[in-house]
Amino acid sequence: MTELTFVEAVNFALKQEMRRDKSIVILGEDVGRDGGVFRATDGIQRLYGESRVIDTPLSELGIVGASLGLALGGMKPVAEIQFDGFVYGAFDQVISHISRMRNRSRGRYSCPLVIRIPYGGGIKAIEHHSETPETYFSHVPGIKVVMPSGPYDAKGLLLSAMRDPDPVIFFEPKKIYRSFREDVPDGDYTVPIGQAAVKKEGTDVTLISWGSSVRTCLEAANSSDKSVEVVDLRTISPMDTDTILNSVQKTGRVLIVHEAPRSFGAGAEVSARIAERSILNLKAPIMRVTGYDVTTPYPKLEDYNLPDAYRISRAISKIMEF
Amino acid sequence: MTKKVLDKFSVEWMQVLDENGRTDRKLMPKLAAKTVQKMYEMMVLTRVFDDKAFKLQRQGRLGTYGQSIGQEASAVGSAMALSKKDWIFPSFREHGVFITMGVPLAQYFQYWNGDERGNIMPADVNILPVSVPVGTHIPHAVGLAWAMKMKKERSVSAAYFGDGATSKGDFHEALNFAGVYKVPCVFICQNNQWAISLPFSRQTAAKTVAQKAVAYGIPGVRVDGNDVFAVYRAVKNAADSARKGNGPSLIECFTYRMGDHTTSDDSKKYRQQKEVDAWRKKDPIMRLEKYMIKKKLLNEKKKVKIWELANSIVDKAVREYEAIERPDPTDMFRYLYRDMPKELKDQLAEFQDTEKGKSSTKGA
Repeated sequence: MTELTFVEAVNFALKQEMRRDKSIVILGEDVGRDGGVFRATDGIQRLYGESRVIDTPLSELGIVGASLGLALGGMKPVAEIQFDGFVYGAFDQVISHISRMRNRSRGRYSCPLVIRIPYGGGIKAIEHHSETPETYFSHVPGIKVVMPSGPYDAKGLLLSAMRDPDPVIFFEPKKIYRSFREDVPDGDYTVPIGQAAVKKEGTDVTLISWGSSVRTCLEAANSSDKSVEVVDLRTISPMDTDTILNSVQKTGRVLIVHEAPRSFGAGAEVSARIAERSILNLKAPIMRVTGYDVTTPYPKLEDYNLPDAYRISRAISKIMEF
Repeated sequence: MTKKVLDKFSVEWMQVLDENGRTDRKLMPKLAAKTVQKMYEMMVLTRVFDDKAFKLQRQGRLGTYGQSIGQEASAVGSAMALSKKDWIFPSFREHGVFITMGVPLAQYFQYWNGDERGNIMPADVNILPVSVPVGTHIPHAVGLAWAMKMKKERSVSAAYFGDGATSKGDFHEALNFAGVYKVPCVFICQNNQWAISLPFSRQTAAKTVAQKAVAYGIPGVRVDGNDVFAVYRAVKNAADSARKGNGPSLIECFTYRMGDHTTSDDSKKYRQQKEVDAWRKKDPIMRLEKYMIKKKLLNEKKKVKIWELANSIVDKAVREYEAIERPDPTDMFRYLYRDMPKELKDQLAEFQDTEKGKSSTKGA
């Protein structure tokens, strides 16, 4: 057991799995010699060489499109997209091909691969470096979308992602890359994809969140005079509906928290599932605290858009007062 | 006979002003003394701005910043060759272009401090807001040039990008469109040889960026990017030719990124100091100084005055910039649509209510 930050846990998982699985190659911009702009792949090229940790030309489409081919050819690509806002150029490859290869070939071909993407705000970066794009990807059938909220889950889920038979988009909340440490087992362990976690038990109201917003929820929950349960989805797609419904049955009140814009976001999907399957358990309307329906603001206004503990506490009060 | 050569190509490199300040008479563009002087002043101002921005970032007074030190000739030389009516589509390291085109420095600092109002250009400056995702703006320049052609206007558009962008499909698709529709567009690649940690030699298997023009049927040339006269000459020729209806060109300014990629980067991790030192000798400002001193356009006294003036302009801009009030947070809702949809108005009201609650909590 070692205390690791999120980014160290990612680095650890990659190193460990590359030793176990010789077909893994890491590819992306500045992932090799530089060790990645967030140092997520720091030192890995020294361990496994330039043929397994590959500094590519500046081309997200090339990285993702070629990853599909590498996967078809029997390699296990773990691609890094440097920042959330740069992935859109590769989106066509994800929605038109990576997500469809198994289905299109009626099961003959598959492309198990992992695309790691540092996402989200909170680091005061320039435009296109603070986006939260899980919704776009979660809407595509045929891929899995994972968004861990801490170092332990990061390692366990990344190991699962690299062993998954299907393509996985792995979002890493860059805001909490280094903000806290957690005990992370040195040995092999996995956190299953598609399984949510109850991070804090409570009986009055359920907060449902994922990624870095889980921390904010816990902050609000711990300072609340109500008994607040916090559910961390961990995987957006496929979504663990059972864990959500179990919690709703217990509390009857739901607040969904995410950083992405509210409208048509993943929170809407959570809300719909509860409405479809558990509406009679609800004691108050489902509420959402999210980024507003605005383009991610530049650093000067960024904090106004990010969900914070104040907004969450306020919403909890509203729900409780209903 | 079953085989024959269908076409042959060559790639030209051009230098007008060498490292010792000597010029090639045949290639030297006709420039008035005051134009040369302005080139020098703008390059100095760009360098001083750049240095100040870097220091402000280190002191926590500015956001992440990408230095342009060493690339002043490419930026200033190209901007001087364009007219105020031309359209500029910048990448994020074109500080010299912004400065030469007359963008107020305080405002440009504002942009680099994460304030969207820094994108508001003066009415007579046709520079589009910085496009951060590499190369994605190159097709936009083609479209605008195409519109100029459709409307029979004389403006051309110029797209600026780096060597990294030439690996993106956006670059190739843009050049292809430009060639097919013969639009008045100048593609200006500042090949500073480093895309963060990736050297140009590993960005492409081709020898030059210039030769990539060949595949799209448009002219391409590599110029010494630390030679302000060569850059000026190439861009002027390309813009003139575009204005006459002869279509687009690609100009590769071969230069060097003397600084880190940005203030978030540490280039010592991936490149040798001796390489950086070798390029220091090719400094574009030093080179122009040598020429100007030879031509009696500059002496020590005048030089000191120009640097002092640049320093005072930049210091004044810093004071102005730091006195600017914070933006109104409701700005983030105001520019998404011309007419704000009802549901967004509702969210804005919710936002204002929340912020009011937050400030009263803080006050309590």
